Formats: sequence, C-alpha cells, structure tokens
Amino acid sequence: MSQSHRLNNEGLVNRDNKISFKFNGKKYFGYEGDTLASALLANGVHLVGRSFKYHRPRGFFGAGVDEPNAKLQIKLNGHSEPNVNATEIELVDGIEASSQNCWPSVQFDIGAINNFLNKFFPAGFYYKTFMWPKSFWYKIYEPFIRKAAGLGVASAKKDKERYEHKYEYCDLLVTGSGPAGLSTAYAAAKNGAKVILAEDKPRFGGSLLTDNVTIDNLSGKAWSYKIISELKEMPNVIVKNRSQVFGYYDHNMMVMFERTGDHLKDKPKYTPRQRLWYIRAKEVLLSTGSIERPIVFGNNDTPGIFLSAAAKEYIKVYGVLVGKKPLIFTNNDSAYETALEFKNQGIQPVILDTREEQSSELIDEAKNQNIEIKFSHAVMAANGYKKVKSALIGKLNKDKSGFETSETIECDCICVSGFWTPTVHLASQSGNRLEFNDQIDAFVPNISKQNEKSIGASKGTFTLKETLEEGFKIGFEVSKNITKNDNFVSTPNSNEPKKNIHDKFWCSPLPEGKDYKRFVDFQNDVAVSDIEIALREGYRSIEHVKRYTTLGMATDQGRTSNLNGLQLVANVEKKIVPQVGHTTFRPPFTPITIGTIVGREVDMEYMPTRKTPMHTWHEKNNAVFVDAGAWKRPRYYKQGNETLLEAAKREAKNVREHVGICDVTTLGKIDIKGPDAAEFLNRVYTNAWLKLPVGKARYGVMLREDGIVMDDGTTTRISENHYHMTTTTAQAANVLSHLEYYLQVVWPDLKVNVLSTTEQWAGAALAGPKSRSVLAKLFPNLDVSNESLPFMGYVEGDLFGVNARIFRISFSGELAYEINVESDCGLFMWKKMMDIGKDFNIQPYGTEALSTLRIEMGHVAGPELDGRTIPSDVSLEGLVSKKKDFIGKRSLQKEAFNKSDRQKIVGLVPTDKKSSIPEGSHLVVNKNAKLPNPKLGHVSSSCWSVENNNPFSLAIIKDGKNMIGKKLFAVSPLKNTAIEVEVISSHYVDHEGKRVRS
Amino acid sequence: MLYIKCPYCGYRSQKEFAYGGDGTIKRPELNQNISDEKWDEFVYFRKSPRGKHIELWHHIAGCRQWFQVQRNTVTHEIFQTAKMGEDIK
Repeated sequence: MSQSHRLNNEGLVNRDNKISFKFNGKKYFGYEGDTLASALLANGVHLVGRSFKYHRPRGFFGAGVDEPNAKLQIKLNGHSEPNVNATEIELVDGIEASSQNCWPSVQFDIGAINNFLNKFFPAGFYYKTFMWPKSFWYKIYEPFIRKAAGLGVASAKKDKERYEHKYEYCDLLVTGSGPAGLSTAYAAAKNGAKVILAEDKPRFGGSLLTDNVTIDNLSGKAWSYKIISELKEMPNVIVKNRSQVFGYYDHNMMVMFERTGDHLKDKPKYTPRQRLWYIRAKEVLLSTGSIERPIVFGNNDTPGIFLSAAAKEYIKVYGVLVGKKPLIFTNNDSAYETALEFKNQGIQPVILDTREEQSSELIDEAKNQNIEIKFSHAVMAANGYKKVKSALIGKLNKDKSGFETSETIECDCICVSGFWTPTVHLASQSGNRLEFNDQIDAFVPNISKQNEKSIGASKGTFTLKETLEEGFKIGFEVSKNITKNDNFVSTPNSNEPKKNIHDKFWCSPLPEGKDYKRFVDFQNDVAVSDIEIALREGYRSIEHVKRYTTLGMATDQGRTSNLNGLQLVANVEKKIVPQVGHTTFRPPFTPITIGTIVGREVDMEYMPTRKTPMHTWHEKNNAVFVDAGAWKRPRYYKQGNETLLEAAKREAKNVREHVGICDVTTLGKIDIKGPDAAEFLNRVYTNAWLKLPVGKARYGVMLREDGIVMDDGTTTRISENHYHMTTTTAQAANVLSHLEYYLQVVWPDLKVNVLSTTEQWAGAALAGPKSRSVLAKLFPNLDVSNESLPFMGYVEGDLFGVNARIFRISFSGELAYEINVESDCGLFMWKKMMDIGKDFNIQPYGTEALSTLRIEMGHVAGPELDGRTIPSDVSLEGLVSKKKDFIGKRSLQKEAFNKSDRQKIVGLVPTDKKSSIPEGSHLVVNKNAKLPNPKLGHVSSSCWSVENNNPFSLAIIKDGKNMIGKKLFAVSPLKNTAIEVEVISSHYVDHEGKRVRS
Repeated sequence: MLYIKCPYCGYRSQKEFAYGGDGTIKRPELNQNISDEKWDEFVYFRKSPRGKHIELWHHIAGCRQWFQVQRNTVTHEIFQTAKMGEDIK
C-alpha cells in the first residue's frame, strides 16, 4: 500500500530510509523518524483499536503522551509488550503491532455488541451486577470480566533484554525542552550550574518544532537547534532525549525513564533497552508544557477525530495529513494555525468557531487565505462508524444551550481544540497544592513544598515572549543561588501571532430528541451520561466519582479528560470547578516497563551471594546447598542415591560415633575491644561476665528490652580487653546494630569498640569422640588434653604455618572444637582436616545433620528463639543472673512471664516411634475435637534421632514442665496428619552433658 | 526517598540508613527500682506526632554511627541532624 497521506516536502522524517513494519498482519512502509502512529496515518490507517467497555472503533487522537486510544501490542526482537502507545514508539524495521481488546479482529469485533446494548452497561455496571451470589465471584464473574476487559497480553516468557539503573546529581533538572525548558536550561548552564535537560520525545524543541514563530531572528525550530547544540557542547550539562521524568519524590528525588535502545534496530550487545535514572536535583524546573483539551460532542470518539495540535504535529514533524477534507472545531485561536498548515499543503479546511465573529492576527490570516470560517457554530455529532464521513453541525443559540440551525457537512477528519491544560502532574506529585486559574479554566501550580518551579505553559503562561522571559530570568536566578555566579544572558527578542481570548465552551449540547454518546474519557469509555448517573446516584466527592465511573483512570491518567470531567461535575452540581477540586496525581506520569524498575537486579544480581572460603570444596564433594540469608551453606553431602534424610542420618551418626567436620564460617563474629568490654558484655548478656578469665569462652543469651530472647552464642576472652563474640548466622547484622545502639546512644561513657569480623575468619567445627585425636595431629606442638584445653577453653595454635584460634565449644553435644583461621586460609585448613581426619573416619556434615545433633541434645536455635520466648520458656533460666542488671531484665518481672502454667520447651516422641512429626504441627488433647480445637503449643523443630533411631521433636507448650509423660496429638492440617506423641524432656541424649566435657 | 545529612559523612540517600525510632526516649538507669508503668512507658509507648519529631537514624551502610534527625513527619522536611549527645534546637 502506498503512503497515501504522506506529504512530499514537509516534516523531519528521513525519506531516504524506508522502514517496513506490520500492523494486524498486514505489511506497511514508513520512514526513519516516524512513530508507529504517524506511519499508519501516512498509510491512511485510522482504526487502531476497540474501546474498553463498548468496543467502539477507535482511532488516533493525539500525537504523544496525550494519546488515549492507540495502545498496541508490540512484537519486536522476540519479545511481546502490551499497551504500547503508538504515538510514542518509534518505527524500527521488523516491528509487528496488533490491536488489543478486540476479537476476532479490529474490523469485526464481537464485543461491539456492548455498544448496542449500552443501556445495560451504565456506570457502575460491574459493581451492580456481579455482587451476588457471592460464590459466583471467584469462578464465574472474575474470569469473565478479566477476559472481557483489560488491554493487552503480558508475555509469560523471560525478558531477555538488559535494563539499567543510573544515579545522578545536579543543580538543576529541567523537564521538557520546549521554549521554557531550553531558555531555563541555557540561562542556568551559562551561569555555571550543573544542568540536566530531559526531553521525553526523540526530538528537542517541543512546540518550537511546529509553531510559526521566530526567536532572535531565527525560526523557532532553528533557534532550538542552535541552543541544543550549544548545550550539548557544555561540560556542565547533560542533555537527554527519549527521557521521561515520570516521578517526583521526597527531597527532590526525581525518577526518569530513558528509552536507550527501543529505537535501534541493531543494538550493541551491552546497550540497555531502557534505563532508569535516579536524579537528586537541588532545584527542579518544570517545563512540561501543556496538552490541548478536547471539546465534547456526539460520537466524538469516531476514528478521524484529532486534537488540532496533533494534526499540526503530524504535518510539521512527520509530513503526514490526518485527512484531506478537514473540519476544524475550536473555541480559541490556536486551531487556526492547524487550519493554515492544511492550507499551506493545498488542502481546504472549514473552521467552526464557537465564538462570535471577531478579528485577530490568525483569524484575519485565515480569512485572507480564503478559509471558510463559521462563527458561533459547533459540531453536534460526527457521522461514520469506523471513520468520520461527515459531521452534523449547527449554529449555537445565544446562551449556547442549543442549536438554531442544523446541517450536515462532509469531512474525513475533525480537528478539535478546547484550549490548553497545563501539564501539572509533576508539580502536583511534589506536593504543590494546585489552584484553579479561571482565565485559562485549568489548574496551575501554586505554593511549592519542595524546591521546584514551573515555567511557561506548565504554569499557564501561553505566550512565547513571556515564556522566554520567565525561562531566562528563573534559570539565572536559581543558578545564581547555587553557583554564586553572575553571568546573565538577556532574553532574545521573539515574534508570534497575538491571540484572542478563548471561549469557555467545552461541550456541545445534544440536539433535541438525540442521545448521542458524548465521551469525556476515551480510554475508559466514560461518557457524559455515565458521570450524570454517578451524580444522580449520590456520588459527590470527585474521588468517588472517579472510582465509580473510572473517569481519568488507567494509563493516560485522564490527560485529555480530567478537566472536562470536572467541568461536567461542576455544571451538574451547580458549583464551580475549584469547589469540585481535582483528583490526585500519582507517579508514574506515563506507563513504564517493569523491566526498567527491576533493572539489573535479576538472576544472579538479584542479591549478593555469600560463599565461604571452603565453597569450592563443598561443590566438588556433592554438597547440596541451602540459603541462609545471602549465604550458601551445605545442607548435606550427597552420596549415591541418598535422600536428604538418609544423608543427614549418616552424617549425624558419624559425628556421634567418629568425627565430623562442619563449615561454621557463616556464624556472626564480632570483635569487641576496650577497657569497659567486660562491663558491656555484663549488661548485654543475661549471665555474669565480669569474672570470665582470659582464655575462656562462655555461652551467653541476650534479650531485647521487652524480655524476649534476641540471640545466643559464645563469647571468648582473647586477652584482658579483647573479646570475640559469635552470633547466630541469621541475627549477625541485628546483633551488631543492637550493640552499636547501646554503645553510641545509651551508654556512650563505656569505652568499647565493636566491629564485625564475620568475613575475616573462616571457621570449621570438629565434632565427635575422635575430634581430639584429629586436633592433636593438626597441632602436634600443642597440648590438647582435657586438662590443658578443657570444655569452654580457648587456645591459639599454629596450623602448619597458619595462625589458628581454637575454641573448645560444642553445638552438637559431642566433644568438639571450633577452629578459626583467617579467611584466605580457610580452604587450606579444611583440606588439612579432611586429610588428617581420614584415619579417624572423618566426614563432612551439613546443616541438616547439624540440626539433628542439636535437636536431640535439646539445644535451642532459631525455631525456638522465635521472637516470642523468654529465657525460662526455652529452659535457659539458669543463665539469668539474679544479682546484676542487664538489658531486658526488668521485663522478666512482668506477671504474664511468671505464671505457673507459662509455656516451656519439651521433647516429643511419636508413640509409634516411626511417624515423623511435621514442624509447625499444633499440639492438642483430642485430635477429633470440634474446631477451633484448643491448642496447647506447637512443634518447633523435628529430626530423626540417630542416637535412639526414632523421630524426635522439640515443642513449646503451655505448662510444659507439668506435661512430661502425657500423651497428646500433633496435628498438621497442612500435611493432613494427626500423630500421637508422648511428652518427654527436651534433652533426649546425654542428659548430664558428659560428652562435651570428656 | 529522603536525603539525610549524616553528621559524619554528609548527605546520603535514605537507602543507606535505618530508622531508629523516637530519639527522645531515655533508657532508665541500670539497677534502679522502676514501676511497671514507667517501664512499660519506656518499652512500649511511643508518640506519633504530626510535625516536628526528633528521631534516631543509623548510618547502617556507611559509618555505622547512630545520630539524631529532627524531621517534620508530614512534609519530611529535615531541620537539623546532630551527633548523639549534641543539642537539637
């Protein structure tokens, strides 16, 4: 198909580079520099989609972010993306676009029956219809609505594109490169400020590209080129096109979305598709311009109806005619510029002006060019289903409440202008409380809450001269405050047509006996009648009317519909717009991809992976890893076809019978130094610390101020004023913050320093009856006898040339040692241990066996210290000093913590000695009792006891100490189990603790 | 995202910090008899003022110092930041 609506000489597209693309399966051609919309219009294609609710045919309406209708499904480079705005996406070779929300095709859409049944689809239809029966919602109504409504289809495939994040700081961020943005950025940059200028379109210049004006004796377009090229050369300026500042957050944190690769056919490998910028700007200057608003009339959603400025942009930027028989419908002067551009191309437009006959530069020019102007006229309704064929027009009566005449006029497009609405979204997001300006019938920014200012059309300044003056002045003043420089650039002279004031006419009355649909919001299919219904039904607050009718919602955020909607509510309610108020503007201003938000934080980069120095050894020896926070820990070392349980049993048994080795590098380690270190530990831990000798370790429990156990671990006195604390893997970071809090905030007089050394030390636990034999061979020069290195002893040694710290501490309940060496030597230590241990049947064990060993010993860990237990709940009351004060001690006196039937840790064994008890099971007396079955407690940890060869669990249960010997049921509705259990002591193995001291 | 001036490091983005709650709470002295009411007040009860609020922040991904921030809880305006022990006006 030829480009039937392409002009030969006009526009900024590159006619030397022809680009082929597909729309709804059909092949078309456009040019480099086209958008998908301009290329389709060049081919005479107007019908692009079906409306949201009534499935009415819809065409292009705008030329940029203002577009409410043309949301397409785009396929390119193997990925598929829904809801892409056809007026914003640049044409690239091979792009395949298709219409959304229609079946079987956009030309013949079954759903359009909704349009003929529209009496049955009033505002709030879904709310009213799908209320009952309640049970129908999930299975019938919701799937139906989801299928019927909605826009495009999200891809279920992995997104292979690359997205990036970038952080930037500047003095001034200028959002938009029209005359306001260019002059502000230029004045500030010349005054030495660090400036970022962002433009959401591919081309800089904004309205200067389309308006017939001069600046500094250059055409607007030429002046914009000159300024941009100067700015690009300046080292203190970053100039970015294809970049939309979409969010204004606290303390001038601005977020910008840059389309870095979408317009490139062959993107270099590491060029991201899109980039998210976080920009912290000292000052934000909002030069976001304005968006033309429509006039509402009958069937005003028919394809072929455009905003008049969009029609002008298609001619001036893309060299495309949106029609060859245009009707211009306006309440102000600016649409005359569109009419004159048509005329320049040899097309004869007709202008309908709702104002009475008058004279201005533009009106006179149109008259001189023999353009037919009908004053006091308006469009009643458009005719045509898939494309405008003609318009029913008439002369308005005196008060514009009805028509005096009626005639049909042939046309193939209607270009409408209802004056201009400042784009105040970012200002509003910043917390600026907008005020209504009744000179322009729109909201404008008022008092700033953050460091921002609006300039030009975005604050309602609609003449070029004033805009440039504002820009140069404010750019200078704001930059002067920051840079203290005084380089003033004077405002260049400019020339523009002077315009008459606009008419407040915004909605054509219905001709008698007609009930044309008059749409206020195209994207959500909200017509005048829908808003009237909402008001009749009692909705008053504009926020409620918005939610009930969906006016102004969805991806275009009511950019073309908000003010007309407010005007309508005001009219019906007999109020004025400022009394109605406006709905809240929220980021993002335009839709952005999820990929951009996520950036590089996918796959491996989602979070850092912490690996111990022995990780490669674990990998080589078939370790199956488990995540412990960011750490990778071996869960078990798989041999042959072993299951997890089989491996855990084998590894744990080997510890009980011979010797095992476990990587304990992940334990939190904190170095504590200072003359008051002992006093500090004495306050942090519940037990006594003042008399711990050098060379000894002690087990300690720390509480929160509310008496709940926070963490446990051992701390060793390395020298007089030097301690080495260990924490659980999970609580390492919290404990450090906790210690820092007390040292810096509560007791700053204590002379103590704390420092995390978790990553500086590699740790290995040697556990089992033969561990001393291994240790003796590892440190042949050291006396490791029970007398010289007793339980809770500490000694330093030389491990084949490497300095090592040897702690005789045990988590498994066996004779055990933990040896630390500097991280770099961790793998060396591990290999030596494995090598020497060979003669003693050494085997590595993972976290599963580690748990098994501690559970059957009755040692508590995370599942018991779950943020709900006090020391006595987990049988740690022996560690609570009665003599000294410590963090959280006062809370332990609270009544609830001292009740005689307070919860307590116990052991559980299934009476059949076979059934494993799921962790999290609830303990009840009667498994068949009516729900809610009174719960006595819960199972916190479960294992297969290798010592007794049957399942064993720890549980925390009400009145636990008097429950020993009773039989209960452990029920797990999740696993559908109810297991009879006997309550026993939590110490299932080695009650007297002989082994650790052996 | 707030922009907070750490008294030790200068201005940094909020994501480097952890919030530490009301900065005017004083922990009771050790080894004192404290009534249940007084203790509960310290452990549990916090005001949630509208407007000026002195709070603690911890430069957790920086110098790891706790410090004071005087902030407007409505507008997020930060009036002053100070090291522990320094006066906030």
